[in-house]
Amino acid sequence: MSDERMSPGWPIVARKEFTDHLYSGRFVALLAVLSLAGAGAVFAASTGIRSIAPQTVGIPALFLRLFTVTADPVPFALVVFIAFLGPLLGIMFGFDAISGERNQRTLPRLVAQPIHRDDVINGKFVGGLGIVTVVFVALTLFVAGIGIFRLGVVPTPAELARLGVWVLAAIVYVGFWLALAMLFSVVVRRSATSAIVGVSIWLGLALFGNLIARLAARLLAPSGPGSALAEARLETILARISPITLFSEASSALLDPTVRTTGVVTLAQLDRAVISNLSLAQSLLVVWPQLVTLVAYTVICFGLAYWAFMRQEVRA
Amino acid sequence: MSAVIEARGLTKRYGDTVAVDGLDLEIGRGEVFGLLGPNGAGKTTTILMLLGLTEPTEGTVRVLGLDPARDPLAVKRRVGYLPDAVGFYEGLSGRENLRYTARLNRMDPTEAEERIDVLLERVGLADAADRPAGTYSRGMLQRLGIADALVKDPEVLILDEPTAAIDPEGVSEMLGLIRTLATEQGVTQLISSHHLQQVQEVCDRVAIFVSGRIIAAGTTHELALAGTGPERLELRIDGDREDLVRALEGVDGVEEIRRGRRPGSWEVVLERAATGDAVRALVTGGVEVLELRRASEELDEIYHRYFQEVNADVG
Repeated sequence: MSDERMSPGWPIVARKEFTDHLYSGRFVALLAVLSLAGAGAVFAASTGIRSIAPQTVGIPALFLRLFTVTADPVPFALVVFIAFLGPLLGIMFGFDAISGERNQRTLPRLVAQPIHRDDVINGKFVGGLGIVTVVFVALTLFVAGIGIFRLGVVPTPAELARLGVWVLAAIVYVGFWLALAMLFSVVVRRSATSAIVGVSIWLGLALFGNLIARLAARLLAPSGPGSALAEARLETILARISPITLFSEASSALLDPTVRTTGVVTLAQLDRAVISNLSLAQSLLVVWPQLVTLVAYTVICFGLAYWAFMRQEVRA
Repeated sequence: MSAVIEARGLTKRYGDTVAVDGLDLEIGRGEVFGLLGPNGAGKTTTILMLLGLTEPTEGTVRVLGLDPARDPLAVKRRVGYLPDAVGFYEGLSGRENLRYTARLNRMDPTEAEERIDVLLERVGLADAADRPAGTYSRGMLQRLGIADALVKDPEVLILDEPTAAIDPEGVSEMLGLIRTLATEQGVTQLISSHHLQQVQEVCDRVAIFVSGRIIAAGTTHELALAGTGPERLELRIDGDREDLVRALEGVDGVEEIRRGRRPGSWEVVLERAATGDAVRALVTGGVEVLELRRASEELDEIYHRYFQEVNADVG
């Protein structure tokens, strides 16, 4: 039997990885947390929307407001929540991808089967992405279901399309964290250490990312006339290094057709602007750089993990 | 006899350290070959090169006529491997672990299921098959490892320390299995071990592997004869040293009579040619011999002897 006649190995690894995650305690726990928080957020949002809906006829993409509106008593909108907790999802499904195989001493046995070495890491990434997709699709449908029930509004095809693109963006976003966690699982021997490193980066960026960007902008921006604007622009650019910012900006434009820019806007620029809704294609155009950067981040991270894994000895 | 495993000048270097140094190896079909040596001798590195899991720095390898570095999948489809200190997915049952291996080998699911049942029965894990592998003892993992290596119905079996962590009864079952596979199914087997006594029983040929080099190879008998040193007889007698000395007084070539390594035993060091005379003298001398064996015929004796020689060379 020659190599060419054998079916590829990564789907077998991916399938096993997917099944393992599906039956794992962490999946159940995560789904429970996400569902509860999602239900809470959307319930509050729908209550808020209901109270204002009678006075404001013709809110564009009313249904999508479910995901973006903050209302008492839940202190965050669903998208903010996803931007914050999405990394945890990626880290949880990736932090022990390779180190777990090493700790359980299954790696030599696995690579001695008729698969290529990269089938292992490719399969694990695909399996992880698969489970993330399941989580997001389930969560979105769940939230949409509650929304339809509470609002009595059925999403239009245009809204569904926006929602679909947003779910894709969310998967890429979590894919980045999955790839990052897998990179640590290759480089760091102990699963616990790998998890801690991943979580530290996540919390550091989520809690202090904007603060750091602001401080750095203040230090670096030139002084003199117009410095406030320069500083604000610099801060935006620096904040965009963080994938969390990138995803938040992408979400805001994808879910809200009235969002026309994600950068710094001066009053002069708004003067005599015609307020109109953007089409999905135009919204995509607004956050295209953010989306492309997210994809690039993911590819780079996975590439590094791949490269590090291929160079490692099977033993040790 | 066509060689199933063949290595020529196989060398693996990690930086300045040489793990395997110009290894030549030839193993025929259905042969059980023992690769013996202390830990760190390069046994596992050699095995990884045979499987194409690490690339040789120099030299060539052929397994079933294929180059594992160029055709890894074809080699790995036909070679079963039991790694040193094998592990399994702790959350999956023994059966599920084997099922995964079967899938990775693109086996037909129904066929695989039957084969897994047979193998679990064969290694004595039928009752524990559906428990999570995380609850298995070390010995059970080792036995599951054998079943795992056999799932793909391999033509070649490579076993790295197969008897480690198994209880004595398990060891004899394992060795029986190895012998059966060789004689009834013609499976070629390479066994790496430092448990010399155990391996000796089942190997057709052995090679003694120290510091990345084979320092001796052949049947255990050939290796014993190849020795140049004196013969050593290990005795247990009903009597004391005086009786031995008296009986052996007249025999030429007896060099030393000393305490043996086992409690209550004596060791007689003598020239090879004098062995027959010495044994006759013991019997005629009225010494009550309870046990007598040629210490140098045992593989660990051979191994120690070669190992000392190599150390002496290095030192």
